[in-house]
Amino acid sequence: MENLINDVLLGLLMITGFAIVRMKSLLGVTMLTSIYSLLSASLFVVLDAVDVALTEAAIGAGIATVLMVATVALTTDEEKVPRHTPLLPLLVVMATGAALIYGTLDMPHHGDPLAPAHRYVADSYLHDSPVEIGVPNVVTSVLASYRGYDTLGEVTVIFTAAAGVLALLGYRTRGRNIEAAGIRKQVVLRVIAKLFFPLILLFALYVQFHGDYGPGGGFQAGVIFATGFILYALAFGLGTAQRLIPSQLLRILAAAGVLIYAAVGLESMLLGGKFLEYRVLADDPIAGQHLGILLIELGVGITVASVMLIIYYGFVSRRH
Amino acid sequence: MDMVLAVLSWSCLLGGAIFLLIGALGVLRFPDFYTRLHAVSVCDTLGAGLVLAGLMLQGGFSLVTVKLLLMFYFMMFTGPTAVHALAQAAMQGKLQAVVDEHEPE
Amino acid sequence: MFIAVSSVILIAIAVGLVRAIRGPSLYDRVLAANMIGTLTVLMVAILGFMTGRPEFLDIALVYVLISFVSTLAVLRVHNPGAGTTASSVKGSGEQ
Repeated sequence: MENLINDVLLGLLMITGFAIVRMKSLLGVTMLTSIYSLLSASLFVVLDAVDVALTEAAIGAGIATVLMVATVALTTDEEKVPRHTPLLPLLVVMATGAALIYGTLDMPHHGDPLAPAHRYVADSYLHDSPVEIGVPNVVTSVLASYRGYDTLGEVTVIFTAAAGVLALLGYRTRGRNIEAAGIRKQVVLRVIAKLFFPLILLFALYVQFHGDYGPGGGFQAGVIFATGFILYALAFGLGTAQRLIPSQLLRILAAAGVLIYAAVGLESMLLGGKFLEYRVLADDPIAGQHLGILLIELGVGITVASVMLIIYYGFVSRRH
Repeated sequence: MDMVLAVLSWSCLLGGAIFLLIGALGVLRFPDFYTRLHAVSVCDTLGAGLVLAGLMLQGGFSLVTVKLLLMFYFMMFTGPTAVHALAQAAMQGKLQAVVDEHEPE
Repeated sequence: MFIAVSSVILIAIAVGLVRAIRGPSLYDRVLAANMIGTLTVLMVAILGFMTGRPEFLDIALVYVLISFVSTLAVLRVHNPGAGTTASSVKGSGEQ
């Protein structure tokens, strides 16, 4: 049965993909990509990859859609007609596609227990994680502890993205409240936003600190946090949102998150361990792991949330 | 008691599924945007509400049911608000409604 | 039984997809995406029960909140002046 759902979802994904290629209106394409990411998130749930599904839900369907719409609003809604013939690109794509399909022939079968992915590190992660780290959600222990270096790199990449957006777009630190006049009339939206803003932030905190036990963690929580503020900005205007959480503060926070992460690594070095070796952080190694994971997830959450907001502010304040 | 709960929950789920189907059909078949809004509302409120109610009966007294209740609560706000905002945006975008010329007497 | 409900949801998603592709206006597409968002929430919830791991509901909850915000964002960012002219033009806006 799950295989059937799987196949249907994959079929729908394919149809969506073709429709995205065919469609000329870029806002329409944005809506289709949002649908695409909703479908793929359901697919991830079917495949039991709940952490990925949560990320896809928060980023793909949420923030990515918002940012893409903001980008389209800065440019134009119509796709440009290419001047050259599409023959050469088509050939390149077909050759790449053929190579990829040829590559899949050598891949192990779906669910094969002898596949390399299940035999080396995965096994030891699954067996050793409860003893070494003691966090129920193995994804969190892999992400935050076993592969702490990777995650530090990812957070730095996200930070770099914000720096890039700031360098390219820049923004007025105090956005003018152009939308405010129109917003006064949107009574329903404002009431609902007031009701939901605290709830979304509360839920973000839950995802942040519940990541050790269930799906969640700093990345997802950061995005949900940013979504809450975006809702606020949508309902009350960008200027009001910037008074609530000023751009200057965001820049500091974006850097602070990465610094918290790196500082945890340095602290564990000072205490006699290796970089990002959390077990030296407390007397009990397991408690040390918990503390380390909690702190670096906090750093990740802070950076992700502020970077998303920086990008959103940058795109939207540019319009006026 | 379990039997009653099971029957209740399955009938809620089935009812929800039927309303989802009706809503989807409406979204496909209705002639213009404004009428399709009605169809989506059926999905968003009645269909989703009944399915969630059915699941709540399955969940019993647990954290699961609390989460389902939260979802229900959120959906009852988000669905209508989104549709309302959409309708308003479409009005401002000067989207024309399809009007039947032959008014009945 | 979960199977029946989830197949209905899949059918409804497919129908919504048809509407999203056919359009014709942007609003129809946003509407379809919104509906698919609701259906995905239900789908995830039911899948959680089907696989016996209802703690997946966290994901469904995220969906409810996020897809709502993204729908609003599309509408507001797309035409930020919304609300300034409508009530005078149409005469039937919110009073």
